[in-house]
Amino acid sequence: MLRHPIPRAIEGPMGWWYIFGSASMTLLFLQILTGIGLALVYVPSADKAYDSLLYLNQSEPLGWFLRSLHYYAGSGMVVLVLAHMTQVFLQGAYKYPRELTWVLGVCLLLCTLGMFFTGQVLRWDPDAYWGLAVGASMAGRVPVLGPWIVELLLGGPVIGADSLSRFFALHVFVIPGLLLAALAVHLWLVLTCGISDVPRPGAPVDPRTYDAHYQQELHRAGVPFLGNAMLKDIFASAVAVIAVVIIAALMGPKGPTGPPDPTLPGANPRPEWPFLWLFALLALSPPSVETLVMLVFPVVLIVALFLVPFVNNRGERSPSRRPVAVLSVIVIYTVLGALTYEGTTAPWSPAMTAWSGDPIPVAMVKQSTPLSLQGAVVFQNKNCRNCHALDGIGGRRGPDLTLVGSRLTRDQLIDQVSNGTPGAKGSPGGGEMPAYGKQISPPQMTALVDFLSNLRPKGQPPAEPAAHPSARNDQP
Amino acid sequence: MNTAASHTAPPPSSVPPRRSFFRWVTAGISVVAGVLAGGPLIAYLLRPRSAPVEWVALGKVRDFPPQETRRVTFDNPIRQPWDGMVARATVFVRYEGKDPAGQDRFSVLDVNCAHLGCPVSWFPESALFMCPCHGGVYYSDGSRASGPPPRGLYECVWRIQGDHLEIQAPHYPTLQNTLTHEADSEGRPTTSTKPV
Repeated sequence: MLRHPIPRAIEGPMGWWYIFGSASMTLLFLQILTGIGLALVYVPSADKAYDSLLYLNQSEPLGWFLRSLHYYAGSGMVVLVLAHMTQVFLQGAYKYPRELTWVLGVCLLLCTLGMFFTGQVLRWDPDAYWGLAVGASMAGRVPVLGPWIVELLLGGPVIGADSLSRFFALHVFVIPGLLLAALAVHLWLVLTCGISDVPRPGAPVDPRTYDAHYQQELHRAGVPFLGNAMLKDIFASAVAVIAVVIIAALMGPKGPTGPPDPTLPGANPRPEWPFLWLFALLALSPPSVETLVMLVFPVVLIVALFLVPFVNNRGERSPSRRPVAVLSVIVIYTVLGALTYEGTTAPWSPAMTAWSGDPIPVAMVKQSTPLSLQGAVVFQNKNCRNCHALDGIGGRRGPDLTLVGSRLTRDQLIDQVSNGTPGAKGSPGGGEMPAYGKQISPPQMTALVDFLSNLRPKGQPPAEPAAHPSARNDQP
Repeated sequence: MNTAASHTAPPPSSVPPRRSFFRWVTAGISVVAGVLAGGPLIAYLLRPRSAPVEWVALGKVRDFPPQETRRVTFDNPIRQPWDGMVARATVFVRYEGKDPAGQDRFSVLDVNCAHLGCPVSWFPESALFMCPCHGGVYYSDGSRASGPPPRGLYECVWRIQGDHLEIQAPHYPTLQNTLTHEADSEGRPTTSTKPV
């Protein structure tokens, strides 16, 4: 197996493109070893899991390091699997006769992401608990079958011990089993089809002549895998292992962030980083298409990945002759990156403690009238700050109100505060801002509007009602 | 091992009856083995876990001041013995005074946001529930105020037993499986939450 011939060009510098697959496999083996190590101490029981994690972190010698390594090697595996797929896609290595190898590769990606999600649940902290809640709520939206899928996912009518046991079985038995089976077939296909040659512009793949040509090249100029090519793989794997070990040692174990008590206030669940883009996508899509985005979009995405080699399995392989492929990769990674960034900052989430935690900037209330000062108190107490920032501090769900007095007149302010932003008629979601009409008394409203309309640059007059179009004609 | 036999074996039509019989028996016994082992296994995996209706006492009726939302935590009886602190649950109770017939009226709202299940918090000053995940906001009666939730907060079924307020132990509510077991796509909570 190690002596089987591979194309000569892989021994050259282009061979460095071929390291990602073997490096991710090395991290997989590291995951198996650290996973076994963790399973020796971790207790997959709802009332003991958290304690056993703390024990691993604090009391078990090197337990903290094993947990940390398991997390960062898993993250590294996701990165390397994506890099491997991107390389295979860009260099057209998925084309004839390696279509099935790609399909198995997509299965491996899904298994890796599945391991990430189920692994997060085993961390049995508030993020795990509420992550399950979000997953169940999404599954609950599936037409007709929703409630049944929720039961299947949670292992019962509530999030509890059965849910943890279920995800433990998935993380330790089911998904690793599928992953190793898919990996075996993937590797067998790599051996059977041979490693794809370095792509050359102007050498298109033609299924009728490809096999003969490939074999002929191997005979003429093939080199054994056990040589410089494998040396590169080993080198890259070693670098990957050293990188995750250093990161793990520096960063320390991830969580648990707190005891899994669902009654603890202040929960602010966030998904793990490979899913932040989906979190952002769900937050940013309008309510009317949200269920579609939630349920159909991931399926479409997965099916599209599976179909890649069947859409086009012949023709040019070199990225320099495949502008659409290169552009797709750039667009996909830009979108994923932007969504992940949005997911990290989550500007749509209210800052739940801003109303009590972030005082009004002193400069804004200096030399204010008593009425205006009273309005500032109303502004804080009514939790406006949770969604609206002043001077950049506070929630970012609504607009920053630092200069709102120069944008909205008193009447517009009263209207906005009392009526909020009504949702579109027939839309399943509400508008952007709740109506405060019933939540605020007339004196409070007067004070609040006085405070808000004074929020404008020094010397600038308050906003005025928009001039009637006919009046504008009089202007020179 | 079959290849050697197939060289000399006559065409399938003339398989000796003994061997043909054995094939059928093998097929049959395999099916029986599969059903015997697989049936219980599948039944075990897909077993329905319909919990019996259980009631939880939340406190004395007179301990809830009128028109004030109170956060109440309790141990959910729908649980496994080894659930630990995960079995704890939160609801928001609001005593709405007496109805014209002189009966006490309550509103008991579940903590899970109707959007994706995150825990909402109650802000008494603005009389709003806010969700930390995607910014769903609800009014004090649980109806949707703003943000992405497709409906109001889920209402628990409640009753008054003696001088205690009790609720039906809540399962994890989702859009198609609410706590009142009535699909309600309106933006308001169900009005069917009457004392039982």
